[in-house]
Amino acid sequence: MKSGGSLSIWFFIGLSLAVNGAVILGRGIYELLYPPPEEMRVVLASLHANIWWGAILLMVGLFFSLRYSPARERAREQRNS
Amino acid sequence: MNVALLWFNSSTLVHLSPVDLIIIVFYFALVLAIGLYLKGQANTGEDFFMAGREMTAWVAGLAFLSANLGSLELMGWAGNSYKYGILAAHWYWIGAIPAMLFLALVMMPFYHICKTHSVPGYLKLRYGQGSQALSSISFALMTVLMSGINMYAMAVVMRVVLGWDIHFSIWVSSITVAIYVALGGLRSAIFNEVLQFFLIWAGALLIPILGLIEAGGWSGLQAKILQNLTEQHVPNPGSYTHLWSTLGNFSDNPMGINWAGIVFGLGAVISMGYWTTDFLVVQRVLSAKDLRSAKLAPIIGAAFKMMVPFIVILPGLLGLALLRDPHTGSLLRLVPGDLAWSPAGRAQGLHSYDEVLPLMLARYCGPGLLGLGITALIAGFMSGMAGNVSAFATVWTYDIYGALINKNASDESKVKMGRWCTLLGVGVSIGTAYLVMNAQSIMDYVQALFSFFIAPLFGTVILGMLWKRATPAAGFWGLLMGTASSVGMYAWVKIDPSAVRYVALSSQAQDQAQNMFRALWSCLLCVAVTVMVSYLTKPKSDAELADLVYGLTPIPKDEHVSVLHSPLFWGTVVAIVFVILQIVFW
Repeated sequence: MKSGGSLSIWFFIGLSLAVNGAVILGRGIYELLYPPPEEMRVVLASLHANIWWGAILLMVGLFFSLRYSPARERAREQRNS
Repeated sequence: MNVALLWFNSSTLVHLSPVDLIIIVFYFALVLAIGLYLKGQANTGEDFFMAGREMTAWVAGLAFLSANLGSLELMGWAGNSYKYGILAAHWYWIGAIPAMLFLALVMMPFYHICKTHSVPGYLKLRYGQGSQALSSISFALMTVLMSGINMYAMAVVMRVVLGWDIHFSIWVSSITVAIYVALGGLRSAIFNEVLQFFLIWAGALLIPILGLIEAGGWSGLQAKILQNLTEQHVPNPGSYTHLWSTLGNFSDNPMGINWAGIVFGLGAVISMGYWTTDFLVVQRVLSAKDLRSAKLAPIIGAAFKMMVPFIVILPGLLGLALLRDPHTGSLLRLVPGDLAWSPAGRAQGLHSYDEVLPLMLARYCGPGLLGLGITALIAGFMSGMAGNVSAFATVWTYDIYGALINKNASDESKVKMGRWCTLLGVGVSIGTAYLVMNAQSIMDYVQALFSFFIAPLFGTVILGMLWKRATPAAGFWGLLMGTASSVGMYAWVKIDPSAVRYVALSSQAQDQAQNMFRALWSCLLCVAVTVMVSYLTKPKSDAELADLVYGLTPIPKDEHVSVLHSPLFWGTVVAIVFVILQIVFW
């Protein structure tokens, strides 16, 4: 995809999702180990949405980041030129 | 007093933790980094204003949708679904999908082949400078005004939800947008819009998923809404979860509208006008690298647009079913914004319709997820503002500066003008935000003015594309009379509220219903005037209309494209899914 230089838009998206996913997953694991008091918990806290949603974002983000990494983009451009 | 105390107060809806702040700060850093990275690739007019016309269908299509997916759109329509029920989904389905498909399959070839930089630019080629000047000046003015008013409304919401200082919200978000659009032009705006699209979904998707789990699925949600509204003695409680079956009479639904207003006013005029002629969204599709991509981009946008009610309309309905006062356990009833945000409303702890999305966010999202949800709202605001500002810079530079002020402007000076216009657009937006701070009713006027312009413009553009007999004088007078009639009808109802029974065919018509019918009449008048004046004036020759009008424009065939790459195939798939959704939620 011609997207402007060697960095693709999909790389930025992957980076963003991966970082957000890692932070949310980390917070989820922390809350699993050290549960907040009852009155501080959100509705359906027992489902631990921050763990599985953070993990999904992290995986999708890593896929995009690696698939469209600057090194791969440069290699692709060299093959096409 | 430290900075944190300036930003927050104890009466806010949600409180952010350090984890949430990390996510928000990372978002701001990333969008600025994208702007800096793309700075070197916006040196020519084509690069700065049209993103080099090299965007793929996916990038152009997602940016096309994202530019419309502002935070007020998210919060406003979630609030509207709380107020009007599932009828609000019409603005995402019949109020968008047919128009997006029409843009892709019928109108896009003309925009793409004539290589125009803007919609007013097309009007110049088709009708002449009078129509171009009228539409470009109106568009430029309305765009920055809308941008500023949206900015103010967003800052108010941020103050209510997060306790952020209103000046802090306005300046930080608008300066960020100014920097990345001025540096990288449309390419930077588009890149950030695609990023923002993903963040909006990542931040908002969890609400309907967890909400449906709590409500017991769609049938459980319907039963709870019926029970709650019956308990509160709300008229027609069953109408809140039906899309079409309550539109037989004005009095059978909470919006006070009938099927004709939705089908003709919304589906045929307002929606067609917005999605096919509003340069804010059309500019994204014009950046596509070839005609097939330009046709596929709105279809991709339409496919995702159909899913947006899942993150916007459903949270509003979930609010109707699930929101309860945390202290008393009784049903929580949201109220109009002016009542909720008044000193008395705040003292009583009232919440407005527009707060339903943040309320649902706070209900399910703890630290981290809350930061992502707030980032989604900020991203929505910034994508909407970047869309306004980049469209303003293009229309000003090409259709006002280049056409009326300096006709011999070089490409280099246009890029320079574009960068300054971006800053100017943001500056005027900030000024407008401060202007309306003490006069909130102005918002109603400007939103109405914006709709005045869009409906007749659609009549002018569509006649220009499909009817070669339409003359330059007819285009100008049709547009002028259509706009004037819409303003006239609005003023008539303001002066004499009983006139609503003539304008909107019912004395029960609410604001949205009035907008639909006013748009319909103004578009019809524009078409009538254009046809009449056309028969009284001299048309352009066929040679002058080549590549601008149906029948005189050779449209390239997609001969060597497989079915799976065909815009027509995917357009048909989207149309079928659209029809199925109407039947399922009938």
